[in-house]
This record gives sequence, structure tokens and C-alpha cells, in this order.
Amino acid sequence: MNFTLTDEQKMVQNMARDFATNELEPRAAELDKTGEFPKESLKKMAELGLLGMIIPEPYGGAGFDFVSLAIAIEEISRACGSTGVITAVHNSLASWPIANWGTDEQKKKYLPPMASGELLGAFGLTEANCGSDPAGMETKAELKGDHFILNGSKRFITNGGAADVFIVFAKTDPAAGAKGVTCFIVEKTFPGFSVGKHEELLGLRATSNCELVFEDCRVPKANVLGEVGGGFKVAMTTLDVSRIDIGAQAVGIAQAALDKSLAYSKERKQFGKAICEFEMIQDKFAQMHSRIVAARFLVYNAAFQKEAGKKRFSLESAMAKLYAAETAVYVTKEAVQIYGGYGYTKDYPVERYFRDAKCMEIYEGTSEIQKIVIARGLLG
Amino acid sequence: MILSPGHLAFREELRCFARDKVAPTAKACDSSGEFVKNNVEAMAAAGYLGIPWPKELGGKGLDYLSYAIAVEEISRVCASTGITIAAHTSLGTYPIYKFGTREQKEKYIPRLARGNFLGAFGLTEPNAGSDAAGIETTAKKTDSGYVINGSKRFITSASYAGTVIVAASLDRSLGRKGITCFIVETKTPGFSVASEEKKLGLKGSNTVELAFEDMLVPLDSVLGKEYDGYRIFMETLDGGRISIGAFCLGMAQTALDALVAWFGRQPAVSQMQSAVISDVATRVEAARQLVYHAAVTKDADVRADKECAFAKLYASETAVWAAGVAIDAIGCPALTDDSPVSRVYRDAKLGEIGEGTSEIMRMIIVKEVLKAAKE
Repeated sequence: MNFTLTDEQKMVQNMARDFATNELEPRAAELDKTGEFPKESLKKMAELGLLGMIIPEPYGGAGFDFVSLAIAIEEISRACGSTGVITAVHNSLASWPIANWGTDEQKKKYLPPMASGELLGAFGLTEANCGSDPAGMETKAELKGDHFILNGSKRFITNGGAADVFIVFAKTDPAAGAKGVTCFIVEKTFPGFSVGKHEELLGLRATSNCELVFEDCRVPKANVLGEVGGGFKVAMTTLDVSRIDIGAQAVGIAQAALDKSLAYSKERKQFGKAICEFEMIQDKFAQMHSRIVAARFLVYNAAFQKEAGKKRFSLESAMAKLYAAETAVYVTKEAVQIYGGYGYTKDYPVERYFRDAKCMEIYEGTSEIQKIVIARGLLG
Repeated sequence: MILSPGHLAFREELRCFARDKVAPTAKACDSSGEFVKNNVEAMAAAGYLGIPWPKELGGKGLDYLSYAIAVEEISRVCASTGITIAAHTSLGTYPIYKFGTREQKEKYIPRLARGNFLGAFGLTEPNAGSDAAGIETTAKKTDSGYVINGSKRFITSASYAGTVIVAASLDRSLGRKGITCFIVETKTPGFSVASEEKKLGLKGSNTVELAFEDMLVPLDSVLGKEYDGYRIFMETLDGGRISIGAFCLGMAQTALDALVAWFGRQPAVSQMQSAVISDVATRVEAARQLVYHAAVTKDADVRADKECAFAKLYASETAVWAAGVAIDAIGCPALTDDSPVSRVYRDAKLGEIGEGTSEIMRMIIVKEVLKAAKE
């Protein structure tokens, strides 16, 4: 096992870090406050290849590996958690399934504009009545001639109000449970598609988290992704990939919280000395840093397993997501604590990290679901 | 501990009041950041702004335990209102009640209890948080009174206060022994509210920075004795911690309420969910016992630093933890502003910081615990 990054991975890290520090960090507090979607930043990210990270070069992507993607997401999230998940969703939840299961026509049609930032992607699985139990979805798709007619709604969809292309799951055979689920590529211009309620979230407030509504939405047969009835597998495998990036996002936010706290603890003086000299504060730093490093290696490991072609990496990606999300929640909470009263105000970014981090234990499978995935992996 | 029929009846009264008068505006105040003024007025009308003071001073004539129950029930529906009543009663009024002269008590307590204005407490400064003895605000004695200069930060409700208990140093070379407490009327020339904080949570509460510029206060505005301010605010904070414990207990109960409402509707509860719900219920009850016990020590007029610290430390950590696990168990719906749990997740974090951080609570506890071993 090799713990060193390749030259290409280091290059991605430096490029993403520079961009995030210069372009994203200065605007992050404002985006959090207004909830404005970072459209301008995404354009610049597209120019750097950050929106087509794992799209193969023939389709206009950068053709990077999964470790590089995780590294980029970590760096982006370190500056702005909202932009981190927007990028993760676009790359791994929307582009990747098309790259993996798409027909040649689908790939040619969607991947180049997704890589160039012309089209932004999103992923519609969760519904009002099915979160942890996606097989219980109620959105239906009925074949009529050359089109499937979709009816239903999706909730808590990141990029929902901003995306152009949606990976949407619906039941083509409602009686068949998980085996009746089919995956579709839905464009926002398809008749019968609309964006519903915009959620006011605890954190990650600039992610345009919205409800998607399908009212007799007409989706061409050619837009089935994978096989009819094969959608559940598409969803689960895609989540295995994307959880790596949620882990990376969590590591980025945690690292930002640690960096800021370290700097603050050297400046803030109480009882005649800098607070970093107190053991109770040092105890926090030791735990924060150790957990971040462990989380980062779990994330890299999952990405590496995927890259190495391992067929089943659910266990690795669930461990990465579970541990990194819990680390982010723990580290950001301690960061607020180290800042004390100041940490509770909007004058410093740690309160934003604290709110953003909590989302990571919930979306793309709650911590409880990750534990079940891990246990199943162990029990065989 | 079992509540007496009187306390149970008072709890029921507060529960109805909180549900009918306070709960309806909780979400709106959080979103808009507007001060919970209407709730404070409703509490004033019901006599809840002076629960533990004798009737002759305009209070309700009840005990500290009743007051803790009130803070719990109010915070259960709206923590911004809860922190406002807690700061007003325990920090803004209590020191006058406990350390004030008869004249000071008669002058201020009836008006504070009736809600003519709120009471505030100004100790924390930009450079003196956990290190409260390190305050830089100074008071200089002159023939016509004391001239106070300096600033205070993170002061609850001061924009709506008529009085602020201000800690200032008469002689900075004496460290904590130079500190004196003053009852400062907010209309005093030289007193100003410098800015309002934008916060993670408790958005319906008012938290401000104060500036004192050559603020002249009368000679009889000293609270207690000169040079005795450190002891006064330390004892005040002990009592304040009971109400912060009660405030956190209320929020922890909100998280439990949300879990019960969510999972009570489900046909079955998994083992992992059962573990969460049962652990939250157990810790909330443990926090309640610690808070009520600390309140009872106050009613018995026993100085109980450790018990107050237990209550505050445990209840605040329970509230933050319970809100977190409730969000995990409920999932996405609990992450939105439509859910009281996402609000509690933000509001509760203050409990681990205000009126002494968890780190300071641990220092108080260990000091007492080790002292007992040496004795």
C-alpha cells in the first residue's frame, strides 16, 4: 500500500486549493447568508476541469481518477461546503452514472456539456415518504409509445433548482419493489417537469435544495439509463461512489475548522496566556487532528479501491462516509467551543462549518444506513 | 426527585402558557431574528418575570425550583424566549435581590418583576471571557460618583434593559480583588449599545456589545461592597447556571418530543432507533434530575458550585447531543427550518458556552471534587 499521492493527484490538489482559497472562500459566508447558488464559481470551475473530473477525455472530461476527485472535493469543501456538495453531486451522482451505464448516444449527448459546465447535473432518488428506504418510492413511470410518463415528486434534491439534467428514479413496475425501479435521464425542459419547494436548510444553504415535481412528465424511451427494472442497482452503485466524495467533503470542512481553530487559539489570550497552552484545548486538537487524518485515509482508501477496479466497495465507501461525517460534526463542534462566544457569532466561519457538517450525517444515506451497509459487508 | 403537587400544577400552567403564548412565534422569530418582545410581554402579564422573588417585591413568591421548571417549559418551545427570561431573572435581577440594599431592591425589583424593563448582566468583555477576572473596564471613584469606562460583549437583552449589572475594576493592579459590581441604569449618559451580534442560534434573543464612555453612576449604585464584585458575580453565575441547565433541559426535551412524534407514528421501530430514543429519554431525565437538584440547593440557600456546574455541564451537552442524534434518526426533514430540531441544534450550542464554558464547568467540578478528597 502506497500512501503517497501521484504527481497528477498533487497537481489536482494544488490547483483545487488555489482556486478554493482565492475564489470560493472569500464568498462562502455571503452565499451561506443569502442562499445564492454559486453559478459564477461553477463557470470558473468548469474551465479548470473540475466539473468533468471523472468524465473520460473523449467525452470532454478531465479523465482523472477517483482519488483525485476526492482530493478536489476536499479542497473545495475546505473553502465552501455548499460548493463542495454541488460539485460532488454533479461529478459523482450525475455524470458518473451516465459515464458508467449510458449508451454511446447518451454519453455523447450529455457528458461533453456536463464537463464544460454548460449542463449541471442532479440526482433524484429521495422522496417525501422514502428516505432511507428508496425501494419504497412512489414516483411512477408508465410506458406510452415512445415515452415514459413520470408522475410523482422527489425531495431534498441538491442542485434541484439550478440543474439542467437529472438522474431520476421511478417505478416502472410498482408491484416489484426494488426490481421495479428504472433510472431515467430527465432534462429540465421536458414537458411536465417542474421545480417545487425550495428547502431552508440548517447548513449547506447555497445548494438550491429543492423538490422536483413530475406531472405527466414525458421522458423519451431513449433516456432510460441502464436497463428497465435495473434502476435500483444504478442508484446503489452510484451512491457507493458518491459517498466517497461526501466523505471527502466532510474531511474538507473538518480540516478548515481545525486550521481556523489552531490559528485562533494562538491569538486568543485568557488567564495571561494563549489558550493553545491549556491542556483542555490541546486535548481537543489532538483528537480533532487524529480523527481527520484517519477519516482522510478512509476516504482515500475507498477511492483507491474503486480506482483499482474492486467490484464491491460498499463497505469501504460506507466506512469513509460514516467516519468522515461523524468526524466533521465532532471537529466543527469543538471548533465552535474553542472560539467560545465568538464561535457562536457570524463574525467567524466556524458556526457555518458546524451547521454544514451536520448535513453530512444525513444525506446520501444516514449514519444508521452506513452502519447497516458496513455490518452487511462484514456478515457477508 | 418527585415534584410536589404544587410544582406539578405550576408546570402544567407553564406548559399551557408556553404552548399557547410562546410556541406560535418561535419559528418566525428564529427566521427573522426579531426579538421575542411579544413573548416577554406575555410573560410579564402572567407574572413570570419575577417567579422566585417575594410578593412584596412584585414577584410571584415561588421558589427557585418553580423558576427552573418555568425556564425548562418555555425553552422547550422557544429557546430564545427561554434564555431571555433566564438572563433577566438569574443574572439581571438575582444579584440585586441577593446583594442589594433595601433601597436598591425596592427601587428596581418590582419594576423588573413587572416587566417595565428587562435586567441584564455585563461581565464578559472582548478580552475577558473564561478569564472573567481579566476584565478591563475600569471605575474611578470621584466625589459625585464613579466614572466607568470600557466595553462589554455578548450581553443578553441589553437593548431592552433598564438596568445592567456591570462589573468594573476600581484598581486593575489588584486583579480579581479590584472588581466591583454596579447597578447601571441604561439611560445613564455615556452608556450605549454598540452593536448587535449575528449568531448561530437563539436568533430571537438580543445579544449586544456595550460601550461605556465616561459614564458617571451615583455613589449608591455600588452593588454589595466595593472590591467585592468578583464574589458577587461568581455566586450570581452559580445560580445562573441552574437556569442555563433548565434552558438546555427544555431543548433536550424538544429533541425527545420530536423523536416521539416521529417514531410514534411508525408501524415499527428498529433496534438502532430504539437505542437512540431510549438513550435520549434516559439522558434527558438524568439532566432533569441534576437541574432540579441544583435548584433545590438554591432554595435551601446552600452554596453548591459543583451541583450547579453538574447541572449546566450535563444538560448542555445532553441538549447538543440529543438534537444531533434526533436529526440523524429523523433524517432530512429534521434538517430543514420547518423542524424545531434543526433550530435546537443551533440554539443548544450556546449552552456549552454561555455563563461559563464546559471547560470552566469541568474546572469548577474538579476543584470541588479534589478539595473534598483533601479534607
